[in-house]
Amino acid sequence: MAARRPSAGLLAACCVAAGLVLLPLGVTVWNAADAGWDMARALLWRPLTGFLLFNTLRLIACAVITTGLIGTALAWAVERTDLAGKRIWSVLAVVPLAIPPFITSYAWVSISTNLETFWGALLVVTMTYYPLVYLPVAAALREMDPALEETARSLGLGRTAMFLRIILPQLRPALLGGVLLVALDVLVEFGAFALLRFRTFTTAIYGAYRAGFSGAEPALLAMVLLVLCVACLTAEFLVRGRARYGRLARGARRGATKYRLGGWHGLAQAGFASWAALTIGVPVGMIVYWLAQPGDVATAPVAATFGAVVSAAWASVYLGAAGAALTMALALPLGILAARYHGWLVTALERAAYLAQSIPGIVIALALVSLTVHALRPLYESTPLLVAAYAVLFLPLALVSVRAALTQAQPALEEAGRSLGLGRMSVLLRVSLPLAAPGLGAAGALVFISVTTELTATLLLAPIGTQTLATQIWADTSTLAFAAAAPYAAVMAVMSMAASWLLAGRFGAASVFAPARPA
Amino acid sequence: MKSCLPIMVVAFGLVTAVAQARTLTLYNAQHEQVVGMLTAMFTKETGIKVQVHTGEGPDIASQILQEGADSPADVFFTENSPELILLDEKGLLAPVDPATLAKVPGKYSAADGDWLGVLARENVLDFNASMISEGALPVSLMDLAKPEWAGKVGIAPSDADFLPLVSAVIRTQGKAAALTWLNGLKANAKIYEDDESVVAAVARGDVAVGVVNNYYWARLETDLGPKKINSALYHFKHGDIGGLINISGAAVLKSSKNQAAAQRFLAFLVSHEAQVALGESEVDFEYPLAPGVAPNKLLTPFAMLQPPAISVSKLGDDQDAGALLQQAGLI
Repeated sequence: MAARRPSAGLLAACCVAAGLVLLPLGVTVWNAADAGWDMARALLWRPLTGFLLFNTLRLIACAVITTGLIGTALAWAVERTDLAGKRIWSVLAVVPLAIPPFITSYAWVSISTNLETFWGALLVVTMTYYPLVYLPVAAALREMDPALEETARSLGLGRTAMFLRIILPQLRPALLGGVLLVALDVLVEFGAFALLRFRTFTTAIYGAYRAGFSGAEPALLAMVLLVLCVACLTAEFLVRGRARYGRLARGARRGATKYRLGGWHGLAQAGFASWAALTIGVPVGMIVYWLAQPGDVATAPVAATFGAVVSAAWASVYLGAAGAALTMALALPLGILAARYHGWLVTALERAAYLAQSIPGIVIALALVSLTVHALRPLYESTPLLVAAYAVLFLPLALVSVRAALTQAQPALEEAGRSLGLGRMSVLLRVSLPLAAPGLGAAGALVFISVTTELTATLLLAPIGTQTLATQIWADTSTLAFAAAAPYAAVMAVMSMAASWLLAGRFGAASVFAPARPA
Repeated sequence: MKSCLPIMVVAFGLVTAVAQARTLTLYNAQHEQVVGMLTAMFTKETGIKVQVHTGEGPDIASQILQEGADSPADVFFTENSPELILLDEKGLLAPVDPATLAKVPGKYSAADGDWLGVLARENVLDFNASMISEGALPVSLMDLAKPEWAGKVGIAPSDADFLPLVSAVIRTQGKAAALTWLNGLKANAKIYEDDESVVAAVARGDVAVGVVNNYYWARLETDLGPKKINSALYHFKHGDIGGLINISGAAVLKSSKNQAAAQRFLAFLVSHEAQVALGESEVDFEYPLAPGVAPNKLLTPFAMLQPPAISVSKLGDDQDAGALLQQAGLI
């Protein structure tokens, strides 16, 4: 590349994007610091914090085990056995990622409010997040070199010993990375737990805000949560960065060894079928069931009229479009910087953007409320502010795809453009962007889906009078009006699954279902 | 093209901002279905559109406090008087039309005439008859802090309806006694997010009794049907603090630029037509405060209740209650 140093304009654009991510963090720290040492001690050093820590950590510990076991078992069966119908099973195994967690939560809690317990929360978390383990583990199993297993076998290792001593160690990076993502998602999730009435840090922060304690108390709880999140993100980063169990030789290798299921075949088929029934059948089935029920007159906050559903769907769509546009506008300069340049500043800016992944939506939303209600008043309760919150939330998601798309577009073609006399801007518009267009389109579409299914920031920041699908489902479900919520839930589930399906068909399953994390 | 979108978004924001000036903005902490019914009636009658922002009482009150002199709110309509008293103490409320105030008994509105009582609700004990007999229920709300109630009680301390109860205990028995009571309650009770969860928990037998406002039970009964509900209401008697009356009230913000329309909305809330609609509806289960208007048939007649003698002004704001709940580690 002709210029090793990024232009000032590009750097400035990247600084704006990174600054926007750091802004809610800064505000939260500022608000927390406002409490002073004594008040902070009084607010944090009390049984409630311990209770929340216990609740959150035991859920994470159990979810790591359940998602780890189920994700690995399914991946093993699909990738390394002679399971029949594995193409269908492998698709069905990732579909739950396209169902927003609070929709799954809605479905289960509407079956029985008995699920408003720790076990209900664990059930929902397991069913929603296990694909985060399944996907990387399946990929690792697929790419394993059969030579090692054959050698082990010839030296007399049995099946179990082989799995424990040869395969499991090779799976470690994928498995650890997957469960750490599960842990991170459990930490930042709000809607699913709020509907299940299971108290974690996110619901307690919302509770403190609801009880009228603005400022210090929610900010202090947010600080504890942030520490946990950053720890998870850092751990995941370290696991991924560590040496892989890759082959050194670059030559062709045979496909991974397949094991015969034999007598276990029927059991495996039944297992896959019932798992799909639980993870996909229950949410879809419960929505259909509630659609057929008469509306709950007494408990429904808003009657689900056709007009109300259409207007909520429209609000979700235009917020999704605006959110995707702004997120892409911020991700593009960062993506260019990360794909084409090196240096400490580049690394720092990119890491700053990825940091957003560990900031829960509720923390971002509360910080933006407290910032705009005092300063920046014209932005308070405005659509642009909500769109900015989406951009912060989903910048990491977009950045992963944008960076990958630009990396694939060969720098040599850009250099050729420059040598033929095009300016930087012209190269960008006429060479780089067209080359990267499919990947950028996928990134934009992914952000669009995420915004339309987002609950927390929308709940706190939506302008007066704006109701989206997510806020309507929330309003109905929090008063146990399940039938009234069903039309909104149906529209959202159809939108999310259809968009994911289109995206997967157009750009390959990896564009939607690969856990979108920094590469 | 992409760069156009943010501009369009900003333009859209401006357009909505202009549109807001011609409508009334209501900050609402009442149940949405009740307000939805009322605003539809009001718009039909007056042609004035109402834009509603809904939340939990204390959070909306704190929002108005933070927004200060340029709050977008014209009217605040909430389920509990302490939030209105708090805003009145900070000088944020405009006087209510005397003609409007005259529509309801004076003791349920602000002493200084700055906010209006609209509806009343009763604090009750919801109980599961298959788990506990009516004879075994406590004489006083204070009894629930005694060790024999361990594991049997459900409460929702972060629900806005719980704060007035704590305020009432503070005002009648003092802070120290109130804290002792809360500590006992905390040892005994299962904690739920809101009153909806408490009535659901009692109905399914999670806890034997639950401290709630009467209308959550009525709402569950209406949804499930009388044969399917496993729980019933117990009314504290002889002026026990547990039978406290909560007042739903409304006020006009001093900062409102739509004073006339806002006053008109308050007048509408206590009009015969609106009060009758509230009493007859299957969406609200509160007592209309206008004399001679009957409440929903599921409700015990107002005259038969035996609430404690504590006035709304004595109840005051709920700042002490919030701090005490925090001190007890309940929120």
